[in-house]
Amino acid sequence: MTQNQENLLIAVASGKGGTGKTTFATNLAWTLSGDSDRVIYMDCDVEEPNGHLFLNPEWSAAREVKVGIPIVDQDRCIHCGKCGRICRFNAIADLGTRVMTFHDLCHSCGGCMLVCPVQAITEQWNPIGMIRRGHSGALSVIQGELNIGHPTSPPVIREVKAEASGTGIRIIDCPPGTSCPVMESVKGSDFVLLVTESTPFGLFDLRMMVEMLGLLKLKLGVAINRKGLGDRSVYQFCEQRQIPVLMELEDDRKIAEAYSRGELAVVSFPHLKERFRKLMQAVLKRIRT
Amino acid sequence: MKEIVIISGKGGTGKTSLVASFAALAEAPVIVDCDVDASDLHLIMDPVTLKSEEFKGGKLARVRTGHCTACGKCEEVCRYDAVFFDGPGNGRVSRTFRIDPAACEGCGVCHWFCDYQAIAFEERIGGRWFISDTRHGPMLHALMSPGAENSGKLVSLLRMKAKELAKAKNREVILIDGSPGIGCPVIASITGADHVVIVTEPTPSGVHDFRRAADLAAFFHITACTVVNKWDLNRELTELIKEEADHRGIVFAGTIAYDNIVTEAQLSKKSIVEYTQGGIARQVRDIWTRLGQTMTRNQP
Repeated sequence: MTQNQENLLIAVASGKGGTGKTTFATNLAWTLSGDSDRVIYMDCDVEEPNGHLFLNPEWSAAREVKVGIPIVDQDRCIHCGKCGRICRFNAIADLGTRVMTFHDLCHSCGGCMLVCPVQAITEQWNPIGMIRRGHSGALSVIQGELNIGHPTSPPVIREVKAEASGTGIRIIDCPPGTSCPVMESVKGSDFVLLVTESTPFGLFDLRMMVEMLGLLKLKLGVAINRKGLGDRSVYQFCEQRQIPVLMELEDDRKIAEAYSRGELAVVSFPHLKERFRKLMQAVLKRIRT
Repeated sequence: MKEIVIISGKGGTGKTSLVASFAALAEAPVIVDCDVDASDLHLIMDPVTLKSEEFKGGKLARVRTGHCTACGKCEEVCRYDAVFFDGPGNGRVSRTFRIDPAACEGCGVCHWFCDYQAIAFEERIGGRWFISDTRHGPMLHALMSPGAENSGKLVSLLRMKAKELAKAKNREVILIDGSPGIGCPVIASITGADHVVIVTEPTPSGVHDFRRAADLAAFFHITACTVVNKWDLNRELTELIKEEADHRGIVFAGTIAYDNIVTEAQLSKKSIVEYTQGGIARQVRDIWTRLGQTMTRNQP
């Protein structure tokens, strides 16, 4: 093992779902954890956290993620209506005789509480998800999980990232898509690895993702999963946009079957380890230039 | 009128491919792509846009540098770590505050509390939505601006427009392509719908996410069916999903084999049932028939 003083945050993302984010993130993290100290796998796909199914971590700690929602002291309220006016999410409304709150719509911005001139609003902290911490061999695993029925995942994602602060190589498994949960996950990372497949769906969603990352000015590269499937369109796109293709993984039913048994690809097919090491070297080179 | 929403929990299990086939098989459907984050259905449906409108995706705060006195109130009230003290100087102060648009939640609290009118609070464009014509009927779809907020609001808007259209055109079935996950766009696409179809695959992630999607449907009291795609990848897990579906009172609507012909169909911009006749096309037809029977049975 080499002493690793490095502090790296690498996000593994994709626009389209099911292209292999978790496969790349878990296998990369697992491979690196055999070579360096302090490697952390962070499951930020909190709506569907799946990394643990392949890493089988032993959990050592868990805590709830809570968000503040307003509770109104109706007796104290003077019905000035300011809480309803400041709220952009229609989560609180002053009806003149009482104040109604709609907790599902609340974004926990705290505005109503701050604006109330008579301190009639306090916050109640409601659980919306869990953060778990554990180990799988030398690899640290941090997982966020959103409770069923709660619509907003960014607060849970923020907590996963806060839990993993410090030094080390941190690999983020991102949620699919291009909206706020993805923005929250990739924010602040040194590099974003976009996992895609070279199909029309893969290309369309990759393009959306590249546009989003362009706004954030993050460094990025592409990994192509299920190589051999589809056409050359993703390769052409990457060439046009000068986006490096850093790794390819073949479309192999054997890999899909190993995945279906919950096996890490680098464990079932040890020769793949070298490919993930090379991927990391390529990522490091891009980060440093 | 019936709203059928195809969801999956896990991404990439074949929702969109299945919706495209259902669109071809359904009698006079209205088709809606509610997977606004990764809206791929148009790549198969080849829509001709009849109407296009802007979607307002909420607001965004921006520091008007010239007015900023660097008092720090905005940073104090922001709960989203969106305020940074690294904006350019303006003659009075050497550094001003700045708001990161990617982190801004659009709550407007900083704008409200700024004593110097130094924070603008402006409408951000969330994307565009479209009413189009396709070979299988009218289609509602959208293109989100990258990183936009409020995908749930956009989903609700698409569903509302689809219902209006179905009513106006006397169409009985609204087919909705949902998004992966269990969060805000998914909740917006299933609440109040008649049926949810959960497409999954026999992998640990597929099973795990099937359970969460089934829990979500139960949470909102919506009847669910399930389909296992790539069923032959792992027969034991397919069996497990089937048992669990039975146990939960979810109709097991059928299986589709692992077959790269799905990608071939995609490349030729056709749904599976349009691209081929036998094999998995027959399996998809059977599933559609079974769904139809289930829905009639569940009619109130």
